[in-house]
Amino acid sequence: MSEWLLPLLLALPLAGCVALLVLPGNSADRVAVPLGVAVSGATVAVAVWATASADDIDREWVPSLGLRFHLGMDGISAPLVLLTAGLTFLCLVYTVRVRPAAGRPRALVGLVLLLEVGMLGTFVALDLLLFFVFFEVVLLPMWFVIAQWGDDQVPGARVAAANKFILYTLLGSAVLLLGILLVRAKTGTFDMVALAEAGGAGMSRNVQILAFLALALGFAVKTPMWPLHSWLPDAHTAAPTIGSVLLAGVLLKMGTYGLVRIAVPIAPDGAEVLAPFLGAFAVVGIVYGSLACLAQRDLKRLIAFSSVGHMGFVLLGIATLTPVGINGALYANVAHGLITGLLFFLVGAIKDRHHTAALDELGGGLYVRTPRLGGLLAFAAIASLGLPGLAGFWGEMLTLLGAFDPDPALHRGYFVALMGVAGIGLVLTTLYLVSLVRRVAQGQSATRWREAVLLRDATGAELMVWSPLVLFVLVLGLWPKWLLDVTDPAVRQVLGG
Amino acid sequence: MVQSIDYAAIAPALIVALTAIGVLVVDLFLPARRKDLVGWIGIAGMAGALVALFPLAGDERATFCVPGDGLVLPACSYVVDDLTLVFQALVLAGAVVVLLLSLDTVRDSRLPAGEYSFLLLASVSGAVTLAASRDVLTMVVALEVVSLPAFALVALRRFDSRSSEAALKLFLVSVVSTAVMLFGLSLVYGLTGAVHLDRIATALADPGVRGPATALAVALSIAGFAFKVAAVPFHFWAPDTYVGAPVPVAAYLSVVSKAAGFVGLALLLTEGFGPYADVWAPAVAVLAAVTMTVGNLVALRQTHAVRLLAWSSIAQSGYMLVPLGAAGAGGAAISEVLPATVAYVLAYAVMNLGAFAVVTLVGRHRPANHIEDYRALGRTEPLTAFALAFALACLAGLPPGLLGLFAKVVVFQAPVEQGVGWLAVVMAVNVVIGLYYYLAWAAALYGRSPDASAVEARPPSYRISVSDGLAIGITLGAALWLSVLPRMVLEALE
Repeated sequence: MSEWLLPLLLALPLAGCVALLVLPGNSADRVAVPLGVAVSGATVAVAVWATASADDIDREWVPSLGLRFHLGMDGISAPLVLLTAGLTFLCLVYTVRVRPAAGRPRALVGLVLLLEVGMLGTFVALDLLLFFVFFEVVLLPMWFVIAQWGDDQVPGARVAAANKFILYTLLGSAVLLLGILLVRAKTGTFDMVALAEAGGAGMSRNVQILAFLALALGFAVKTPMWPLHSWLPDAHTAAPTIGSVLLAGVLLKMGTYGLVRIAVPIAPDGAEVLAPFLGAFAVVGIVYGSLACLAQRDLKRLIAFSSVGHMGFVLLGIATLTPVGINGALYANVAHGLITGLLFFLVGAIKDRHHTAALDELGGGLYVRTPRLGGLLAFAAIASLGLPGLAGFWGEMLTLLGAFDPDPALHRGYFVALMGVAGIGLVLTTLYLVSLVRRVAQGQSATRWREAVLLRDATGAELMVWSPLVLFVLVLGLWPKWLLDVTDPAVRQVLGG
Repeated sequence: MVQSIDYAAIAPALIVALTAIGVLVVDLFLPARRKDLVGWIGIAGMAGALVALFPLAGDERATFCVPGDGLVLPACSYVVDDLTLVFQALVLAGAVVVLLLSLDTVRDSRLPAGEYSFLLLASVSGAVTLAASRDVLTMVVALEVVSLPAFALVALRRFDSRSSEAALKLFLVSVVSTAVMLFGLSLVYGLTGAVHLDRIATALADPGVRGPATALAVALSIAGFAFKVAAVPFHFWAPDTYVGAPVPVAAYLSVVSKAAGFVGLALLLTEGFGPYADVWAPAVAVLAAVTMTVGNLVALRQTHAVRLLAWSSIAQSGYMLVPLGAAGAGGAAISEVLPATVAYVLAYAVMNLGAFAVVTLVGRHRPANHIEDYRALGRTEPLTAFALAFALACLAGLPPGLLGLFAKVVVFQAPVEQGVGWLAVVMAVNVVIGLYYYLAWAAALYGRSPDASAVEARPPSYRISVSDGLAIGITLGAALWLSVLPRMVLEALE
């Protein structure tokens, strides 16, 4: 039975998506959201069950391509699978009460479920080409979610943002595909387990450098790494709330997951040569992201740029090529998924109520107007800046620790310098997040908002959706061992192979 | 000398040719309101020819052979092997879909039903023969049998001046490229003294015949087929011709006739000019790169549905040429890259026919057939819109259009494995460019209509005839099926 858990994990949301596609029009619109909640809820259950007892499944699919239906889960993928299933479920529950302004719930739920198939599949695939297929599955649904349900402050903005998102990512994945095919051409297999064990055997140093470059470029666009990040702020700003949550919470992780799971173990020599560059781009991203945040005038855009900085930490952790750094990267990955997911939910709620996310128009006084929203925003912001005791802290600390003592093959002084720069980024991050809380939450409410009667505080339904995120931010902040015990053995295996 | 002819081997071609003559005769005796029957007879004939392919599977069969003597091996002009069967099946199945789409078009546009079906079937008989031909004379004749009826088909809308212009363009480019090709082939004959492909290959393997003259002969010979597949610089007939022709004829030209061109090109390059791969492969690689780039860049600017498909199909031709362009570079046998081209042509046929099926249907209700006419089709025609969206996803090579994705992976594999990295990179960039216009079209399908109230007032759906429904259903079904189980396409030659 347990062999069928992972296929079931993917089949459930897919079946939900197909059901919504074939159901006749009128009834489908009514049942869409409840069906989506039920299906994604069941997916969460299967995901939990699968973490406990799923076995690998390995079946032939397209022999002439060498494509196998090979799925499996370990300590690296399990937290991300749970994060994906959980966030998707929360997004769909959120949709029960907060209907999308553009209507058409059936299409939206169907697309979110298809998105879930792609995200989960990416994290459980153990065949390179299968991984690539799932990596691509998310593109069209996310494009539609942004382009159709997005926010059109400037006419045409959402379609332009959606196009930018898909064209950037596709260019990245085209390069990624070339890298994958290069690996196959030299080693004769797509099997990620075998390739990781071989640790680059069969590929000369130059081929490994080329392969790592192609693979890492593809993942860097997705992550996104500075200077390939410019699709991200537009996409996040234009996307509807649940689109932003899934984009920041899960889609970005597909890039860093790919680096840890594929690029580093399969081409270790290439990783060794290119890691200093990766680290440099990462810390530039950290500093750039926080400086850009200081200059933002739009709340949603600010959170988007903060992702660039946070993902910079994840990349720096990977670039150290040490268990400590990569564990930190994975930790920061999950923490960022939870915290930024929560932040986008909150910002979406603020925007829905005020019909604007511009900082100047919002003014201060969120504590006064809507105390619960204000409090949660402050909580999420503090978690995001990495206060000890909350989830954001451990990932960044481990990352910096990794950079202090990088892999012996790397130049230590260089990485210590990178650590120093990242530390400056950390200070800047604190600066913009604290000033964000000051500007939005504290102070007096502007007159226009005082007169608005419809400005409700967070509702019970919203709190229900957000509380699991808050809870996990606390749990991960207080008991880091809980997650590190899961990831560490898998990371050591990947690096030791 | 008495020849024994293997009638089973040539049965498919014979059935098509006889059906062609049959419909012309039957048409004379049919009253005007029963003209539909002509089309159905044609479809039945194609189905019969498809059935006749089954007994041929397995062993290679050859007929019309000349005996060898002490010096040369025996050689055959008509050979039925796996490659032949795959392409004959593709051509015949494609013809069935085109004929299904033509039924309503012929009636609505008052085209002469008998002549239309006759011309189409005559062209198909050429394509079926081309796939089996193994000497250059048979190839040239078969290629002309594909082309000549096409001129008339394009010009069949006599009341439309665009139609005549389209036919004239097609005719002129065709004649010029045929002349160039004949010149090249006569040089080949002069240099090798052979017309059969295997004998040409044997002769070219002799280092003594290597030289600039042979290279020129090879290059010129490729020209005729480059025209058929609409490769740059022999492409500029395609957009105008597709737009001027009845839409099913455009579908025929872009799928069946193009497939015929590809099988001819593949045969000539691999079986005839195989030993010369080091010379023609780089040239084909450049041809592929230029073709896909020009096709995609111009397609970006198109607003007319058929014109967009025309430019996109030029770009797709570029992808199909990629494996041939990678031949010989890494010292690999040509037989290693040929399956990739075959797989892509097959996948392309399914997805492009799927797109054309919907475009034909929409064109009946919106004759202008601009991309804007598709706006909000997803609301009024969910199934039809889905069929088109899926076909476009396949053409773009993005999931859920897995058929297109797998086909692109197969094509990518050839240059990566043979070390022609630049070609792989050019193609990667092109795939991204291509995505943009397919996506814009798909977006229009599900976009909000410019005047929402008009949509609510409009009757809920088109009246879709049985034949249109069948055509859309067959192509969508095939695309979905092959997306899950692509082995039939990817391992066609195994």
